Amino acid sequence: MIVLDDVRKSYGALPVLKGITAQVRKGEVVCVIGPSGSGKSTVLRCINGLESYDGGTITVNGRRVDRADRSIRAVRVQVSMVFQRFNLFPHRTALENVIEGPIYVKGEDRKEATERGRALLARVGLAGKEEAHPPRLSGGQQQRVAIARALAMRPDAILFDEPTSALDPELVGEVLGTMRGLAEEGMTMMVVTHEMSFAREVADRVLFLDGGVIVEEGPAREVLGRPQQPRTQDFLKRVLNPL
Amino acid sequence: MDSFLSDAREFVPILLQGVWLTILITAGSLVVSTALGLVWAMMRVSGVRALSFFAATFINVIRGIPIIVQLFYIYFVLPDFGLSLTAVQAGVLGLGLAYSAYQAENFRAAIEAIDKGQVEAAQTIGMGWGLTMRRVLLPQAFRTALPPFGNVMIMMLKDSSQASTITVAELALQGKLIASATFKNTSVFTLVALMYLTLSLPLILIVRHFEKQAGRR
Repeated sequence: MIVLDDVRKSYGALPVLKGITAQVRKGEVVCVIGPSGSGKSTVLRCINGLESYDGGTITVNGRRVDRADRSIRAVRVQVSMVFQRFNLFPHRTALENVIEGPIYVKGEDRKEATERGRALLARVGLAGKEEAHPPRLSGGQQQRVAIARALAMRPDAILFDEPTSALDPELVGEVLGTMRGLAEEGMTMMVVTHEMSFAREVADRVLFLDGGVIVEEGPAREVLGRPQQPRTQDFLKRVLNPL
Repeated sequence: MDSFLSDAREFVPILLQGVWLTILITAGSLVVSTALGLVWAMMRVSGVRALSFFAATFINVIRGIPIIVQLFYIYFVLPDFGLSLTAVQAGVLGLGLAYSAYQAENFRAAIEAIDKGQVEAAQTIGMGWGLTMRRVLLPQAFRTALPPFGNVMIMMLKDSSQASTITVAELALQGKLIASATFKNTSVFTLVALMYLTLSLPLILIVRHFEKQAGRR
């Protein structure tokens, strides 16, 4: 449902994506790994039009992604996003964060949206926190509210941009657990992550990006277990044995 | 002291007529400057170059001309172009325009201080520019803008006295008229000063309340 064909992008003279071709099929979980500056986040941000791209095409459900066109709003409703730093609305409660999109963007009935919002918060393990404002929640709780907010839009896919990188180590598990639950229910997901154990256990496929190109891709067990390319081997060695 | 009290009994009712006009001018120009200031600020952050340029130019022109000259222009010059306003209307419009420039810069600073991630989060749930402004940016910007907004209210209260230069008989002008008729300068201007102070006191308390709230966040 997400198709990237020879996508290119530069910041001025600096090329960040040098021809990315990839696909995410319905129900698939794809993890994107790679060193910082490799273009992983940029790929994600191009898919829902947070950034523009210079060449190639990206389509979502057959619709071309064009940041400058009004149609981008429809794409964004189909493909939700979860950010590294949560980006919850601090002036609204957990529940209000979740129902904001359904009510004000999709025009859903407030009562129904509220009921669904409560159910979604319960599903990510936050029943009882409906009225809490984000600054009163832990990082792990905030990220789970963000996931509920993304789900509330009834998206066809969710993009995760390093969803656990800003969390204290002991809070990573609760967020990854929530994401695993989504994957098991068949949600289409594209996840930029440094959590190799998550990638190994949950991802159907792994893309390894370095220097703006896909160096290696394939089933998670193969890319992570028996990497063929020297750059992948080198990266995994450094990530798995930092000392 | 006795003579001051008897003077006060005599002059306060007349001065209170001026107080009424002072409040009217202040409140009126507060509404005008807030509404216009919001418009300028939104134009500046709209990302549309023509709108942003127009607003920035307007703000700089207004900031570069003394309020008193703006008032003269509106009251004495506009009639030559077929637009005659009463003194009170001209006062409200002039002060409102003048202060809209300062308000705009306050609002713009408050909007631009908001984390960029907020806009991205709004975009990813499908919000367009208008919804993002109304539901995400402005509610957060208002909290940051409240303390400077309170200061603007106090400054406007005092600057409403400039409307006296275009014949609005507000507090300062009433005082001057009584003083020049009775030569009781000390009593009259002490009363005028006390009245301004009394009017600004609630505003000062409001500002302090705003600042405490902002600090608590």
